[in-house]
Amino acid sequence: MNEPSHVALNEVVRHYDGPPAVHALGPIDLAIPRGEFFSIVGPSGCGKSTLLDVLSGLSRPTSGSVQFEGRELHGEVPDGIGVVFQEDASLPWLTVRQNVGFGLRTSHLSEKEVAERVDHAVSFMGLAQFADHYPAQLSGGMRQRVCIARTLVLQPRLILLDEPFGALDQQTRLLMGDELLRLWRETGATVLLITHALDEAAMLSDRVGVMSARPGRFIDMVETGWPRERDSRIVSDPNFGTLTARLWTSLREESLKTMGRAA
Amino acid sequence: MTRRRAALFVRIAVLAGSVLLLEICCRTGIIDPLTIIPPSDMVASMIDRIGSGELNDSIASTFSTIVLAFVLAIGLGTLAGALLHRSSRLRDVVDPLLASYYSVPTFIFYPLLVALLGLGKAPLVVLGVLSAAPAVIISTLSGLDSVSPVLLKLARVHRLSPARTLRWIVLPAALPRLFSGFKLALSYALIGVIAGEFILSGTGLGYAISFAYQSFDNRAMYGLMLFVLLIAVFANGILYVWEGRLARRRSSG
Amino acid sequence: MSDLALEDALSKRKSRGRIRAFDAVVLTLLILAIWQAVGSWTRGIAVSPPLQTLAYLFDLLRTSMFWDHASATLAAFLLAFALSALIGLALGLIFGVRRFAGEVAEPILAGFYTIPKVTLYPVVLLIFGLGISAKVAFGVMHGLVPMTLFTLGAVRNLPPVLVRTARVLRLSPGRTMLWVLVPACLPDIVNGLRISFSLTLLGVLIGEMFSSQRGLGFLLVSGMAQHNVPLSTAVVTVIVAVAIAANALMLRVGGRTTRRPN
Repeated sequence: MNEPSHVALNEVVRHYDGPPAVHALGPIDLAIPRGEFFSIVGPSGCGKSTLLDVLSGLSRPTSGSVQFEGRELHGEVPDGIGVVFQEDASLPWLTVRQNVGFGLRTSHLSEKEVAERVDHAVSFMGLAQFADHYPAQLSGGMRQRVCIARTLVLQPRLILLDEPFGALDQQTRLLMGDELLRLWRETGATVLLITHALDEAAMLSDRVGVMSARPGRFIDMVETGWPRERDSRIVSDPNFGTLTARLWTSLREESLKTMGRAA
Repeated sequence: MTRRRAALFVRIAVLAGSVLLLEICCRTGIIDPLTIIPPSDMVASMIDRIGSGELNDSIASTFSTIVLAFVLAIGLGTLAGALLHRSSRLRDVVDPLLASYYSVPTFIFYPLLVALLGLGKAPLVVLGVLSAAPAVIISTLSGLDSVSPVLLKLARVHRLSPARTLRWIVLPAALPRLFSGFKLALSYALIGVIAGEFILSGTGLGYAISFAYQSFDNRAMYGLMLFVLLIAVFANGILYVWEGRLARRRSSG
Repeated sequence: MSDLALEDALSKRKSRGRIRAFDAVVLTLLILAIWQAVGSWTRGIAVSPPLQTLAYLFDLLRTSMFWDHASATLAAFLLAFALSALIGLALGLIFGVRRFAGEVAEPILAGFYTIPKVTLYPVVLLIFGLGISAKVAFGVMHGLVPMTLFTLGAVRNLPPVLVRTARVLRLSPGRTMLWVLVPACLPDIVNGLRISFSLTLLGVLIGEMFSSQRGLGFLLVSGMAQHNVPLSTAVVTVIVAVAIAANALMLRVGGRTTRRPN
């Protein structure tokens, strides 16, 4: 396919001056076509979050270029990208509804349109019952849902998620994975998910990139071949086991390296 | 009855009981009336004095001095705190000063201030600001520190201008700690001003108390004392309740 | 981390230390300069300049008059501080352990903290008369409540598992307090002592400024009354120096107690 990719990284490298000086990432080459669900797995400290920062425009690469929708990023977050962070980024002084509507404060939409979008996002993420509660009164999983709803409302074309379900228990994670898939199908956005859970990556994605230990580089790209209409029940598909095994095989050596022992 | 309400009830009972005890002791002569007058007389004296309007000048003077000191302390304090927060080098150097500031009895500078600025309101205001501003600086620093980095990232993801980041993210996030600094500032400004008026001044409620004491007018003195105490409790109480309401929304309660 | 990176990190840390030392020196000089400026600009009416103050102080410290006053303040202070600390500790422990009593008492104590206690001074004088007992009373009035509140807070913030452990070990209430509660609360208690120290000192000094013929507070005020500016400035300097030194000492001691292996 000669369609230009939605997001592209070209020979991206990221150094930190320190002290100590760290070669955190790269060189990375990556092209994600529009509408793909792409996951990244890798050992701790391999630079996954740095990659997300660079991709979103939150930080600039030391060398190489980042392109979003054909335009190069220069250290600013462009319109059309939504980010869900690992840490809880819900605003404790606003209600759920106010949180979700937060990103629309700077938009030029009418009050009515804002309210419509907020209501839609709130009910889509199953938060309608708690719309007027404060985040402190909700569980961790629900707070993440608030953050996702807040991203949804902006109708982003690219959604970046940095280990969004890290703090949740396994069962909640699986259900949230289904929610994410629902979101992906409904919005048609390109999704990039960073996760340390191999099963999650294998279950949810169209393609999974395996990163090496620091400095992070891609050492494997795995196509899952899943149909678009999928959910967590895909775990019963025989290919699921094979995929997860392949991811672990690629990843195991890198993880051992990170833990300070040779393979 | 909830525990909180029970505690409140007992507290009121204890206070009321103590006042009653004092009243009885005074009336029956256990306590020398030349030392302490009965609480009921204190209240009567206070009401008389306020009603007669003779306190109006003192009240106006003290109030305006406190408010001025408070506003200046908050203004200068938050500004200084914000500046220090931006420059970590400056902050490192000033930090030991701030840490040891309140170990020095600020009040000892008051006579020097009077010698410098005369016997009017100026030394009182300066004393109030000197007492209150560092607390605001400390709490501003603490509040700005408490803004979690992920919220600042969020601001960038939403492409907020610096002004909007400040207004919509930084200030609300820092508010709890900022507010507790304001509470302290009011408390310290009030204490500083009234103490100053008491020891060395020609106007204000503090001076009125001192004058009454030196004129052996116990009745007037106690009435005024009661008034000042009630004002202090009331002013601080309002801020305390306000702070509680702010905190309850953000806590899991 | 490679050796080279480690060296790099260490040298950067050393240079930061040097910058900090340099800045501290600059700050000290700046403060002295402002002091000098105010002193000379007001022609010594309000404040006497640093060098003059130091010279005067040097002479002052050799007079017996000074030490008379200083020892009066010291005596009153030590007594007041001891009372504040011990009573505050006891009350704090009781209110901390007896939760309900603590809940009842805390707002009252906190409220007392925000009252301009100076306005209560005449009552103290009427009760205690002029003299050292009044000064001690002033000091305790200022220093008792913070000590109580800090101790109360420390006990309340104890991880419940510690008290449960004490009960499992069947320790008596006295031993629970001494062997478990106090050591666990020590950092907060030392903090409370530090704050109480400053406030007790404040109380004693104000008392002397207001109603005494002896003590450093009195010396300060009489210096002003006699227009003996170098005297007042010198007394202020002494008080500031003592306060900061004591505070720094207690910070260091407090730090060491928290790091003690338990």
